[in-house]
Amino acid sequence: MDQNQVFDEMWGREENLRAPYGLFKSWFDGEEPKRLRAKQREAEELFRLTGITFNVYGQAAAEERLIPFDIVPRIISGLEWQRLSKGIEQRVRAINAFLYDIYHGQEIIKAGRLPERMITDNDAFLPHMIGVQPPGGVYTHIVGIDLVRTDDNQFYVLEDNARTPSGVSYMLENRETMLQMFPELFARNRVQRVENYPSDLRSSLAACAPSVAGSSPTVAVLTPGIYNSAYFEHAFLADQMGVELVEGHDLRVIDGRVAMRTTQGYKPIDVLYRRVDDEFLDPLNFNPDSALGVPGIMDVYRAGGITIANAPGTGIADDKAIYSYMPDIVEFYTGEKALLENVPTWRCSEPDSLAYVLDNLSDLVVKEVHGSGGYGMLIGPTATKKDIAEFRKKLEAKPGNYIAQPTLALSTVPVFTRAGLSPRHVDLRPFVLVSPNKINITPGGLTRVALQKGSLVVNSSQGGGTKDTWVLED
Amino acid sequence: MLGKTANGLFWMYRYLERAENTSRLIETGQRMALTRLGSSEAEWKSILQTAGVWHGFEATGEELTKESAIDWLLRSKQNPSSVLMSIEGARQNARLVRTALTLETWEATNACYMKAKELLARKVSERDLPATMGVIRQRTALVRGATHGTMMRNDIYNFARIGTFLERADNTARILDVKYYVLLPSVMSVGSSIDNVQWETILRSVSARGGFRMTYGNQYDPIDIAHFLILDGRMPRSLAFCIRKMRDNLSYLNATYGEVPESSRKIADLEEQYLSRDISAVFDQGLHDYLQAVLSRMSDIGAQIEKDYRFYE
Repeated sequence: MDQNQVFDEMWGREENLRAPYGLFKSWFDGEEPKRLRAKQREAEELFRLTGITFNVYGQAAAEERLIPFDIVPRIISGLEWQRLSKGIEQRVRAINAFLYDIYHGQEIIKAGRLPERMITDNDAFLPHMIGVQPPGGVYTHIVGIDLVRTDDNQFYVLEDNARTPSGVSYMLENRETMLQMFPELFARNRVQRVENYPSDLRSSLAACAPSVAGSSPTVAVLTPGIYNSAYFEHAFLADQMGVELVEGHDLRVIDGRVAMRTTQGYKPIDVLYRRVDDEFLDPLNFNPDSALGVPGIMDVYRAGGITIANAPGTGIADDKAIYSYMPDIVEFYTGEKALLENVPTWRCSEPDSLAYVLDNLSDLVVKEVHGSGGYGMLIGPTATKKDIAEFRKKLEAKPGNYIAQPTLALSTVPVFTRAGLSPRHVDLRPFVLVSPNKINITPGGLTRVALQKGSLVVNSSQGGGTKDTWVLED
Repeated sequence: MLGKTANGLFWMYRYLERAENTSRLIETGQRMALTRLGSSEAEWKSILQTAGVWHGFEATGEELTKESAIDWLLRSKQNPSSVLMSIEGARQNARLVRTALTLETWEATNACYMKAKELLARKVSERDLPATMGVIRQRTALVRGATHGTMMRNDIYNFARIGTFLERADNTARILDVKYYVLLPSVMSVGSSIDNVQWETILRSVSARGGFRMTYGNQYDPIDIAHFLILDGRMPRSLAFCIRKMRDNLSYLNATYGEVPESSRKIADLEEQYLSRDISAVFDQGLHDYLQAVLSRMSDIGAQIEKDYRFYE
């Protein structure tokens, strides 16, 4: 991509230092590159020691890899953040209202704003949830909204993560590492805190407890186990919240409650922050082969005996086919125009759109509707002719499986390299907590960065790294 | 606390203790090879037996040499009790119970594992062995230090300690049992150099030479040695010491949980019936019989603890 088409968050388009980076720049200019290189290595040592590693799917369980960390912070001004967080809050409210509606009256379909087949033909729609009243009316207790930026004031939502968004431990550990390595930077810049996230998460989850819970609800985190790629995060969050980290085989349904096996017998859980997918949650109601879940938990849930966070069936809200309707969804439920824009999206299920997409494959990004993690997608501009030809066949065979978007000129932020600062493309995942009376957005979020020069793929499974993300106090 | 967490803590510290015990045995074996008087192969076989890994080694069909024995004990992936696999087991359990550990304890465990993995990636030459063992022992000591210095004295700590002492008692009992014949009065040929080496070996393999000298002076007597390792409550690897510690930790749990489960009763029985006698009564029963009885009681107590505290269900 032509570099002057790209907006750099430190330098803008014209090599004019942008205000949020002012103090950082003067600090950086006074630093010895050698010392910074040593700091970069020190950061890696810290991460390894903490054990903040992930397992790559398909690799041996023993293989633990680090997500590369870059020491240059990504800096956002307080004003920019204020605007963004309004848009995020609006979107998250709409997502919850949408989920309630979809599993109850389906007014949005009756109003003709969403085709019925988007729900009925969608695997992400969970019939078990029809008519279920989640405690506190909350479906998505934790949401991650993936944003990309293309200009000073132009952000787009790339996707919503309404199931079990991950990465928040990196947000927290990145900050912890930066505080340890560069305390002087935080003395100069007033950076909004992220450290309260675990405590906010616990309060937010407790506020969603079912009515059977006592005054201090028992919260637990459900993990698939130590071989899961995000196990570190599950243990980290349980530890930081001061709650138990449980696996399916620690749990059992007893007297209409889900209870965990403690050294003193079974003890009921009020709120289960589950990091296990819907499909594996309950072998009696979903995948019968699942050993990760709790037989009968869905029946307890439907009877109001436990809060499951996020609620089962929320995947319908972050489905890529639904995504293209999000501007309508926001407007329908909030009565306001969406503050955050969607990336323009062609639904390949529609013949006109499909024709356009097939004609312009080399300019577009084509994604599988149900894919995740950057797998199964085509990035037209960097793909080979052979890739495009192969993808065309898949697309023609099952057009309904795909959506297409223009290749955006994602903003860049400098990373520290041997040759000094060098721009790399980034995205941003802010984390949002939802409880009955409150939407809490941690300032900043997780910045993922494509470490290959020019690359647009920021996924950690494909060589992306992360950065500390600063929101300044203005 | 989750039953699974209690189980994870118990095993984390058992494995840590095992790593230390096995490394001590390797050092003892190597030392013996240097001052060798008997057959070296027979000595390595008895070391492997003491570590409880002889059958596993035999099954590989490999020839028993100093090198193969050391490698099996130190870093074999097929030997679940090798130093490397024990440290890996400790770390795997630590990951499982991460929320029960302090950050310092977890980091010390993880760092210990990373170091062991690095040092034991390849065969360790005889020349490098002492330094390698030294580093590994330092690393496990750091885990212990972080545990003592930072962990709350609650049920978490108690399960960690129970695992430690059960493993340690088991180790001491096995060392004695494999070598019991050299302690029997009937084969005692006072002052022969062979016996002196054997006795010293026993003391060395439980890091007890200094303590023994402090208590008995520099004359080795097999009855004193047996007394020291079985009944002396001041010696931190003796059966009496380990069992008393387990009883203490179980009673702290009882105080917290407000019940006295079967395992506590069993350990009190063990103490009363086997550790409150004098050493001549032990020899009267027969040292081997006595040790077998204690080992079997301890294994029963381990199983009872699993049950009482719902490790598995």
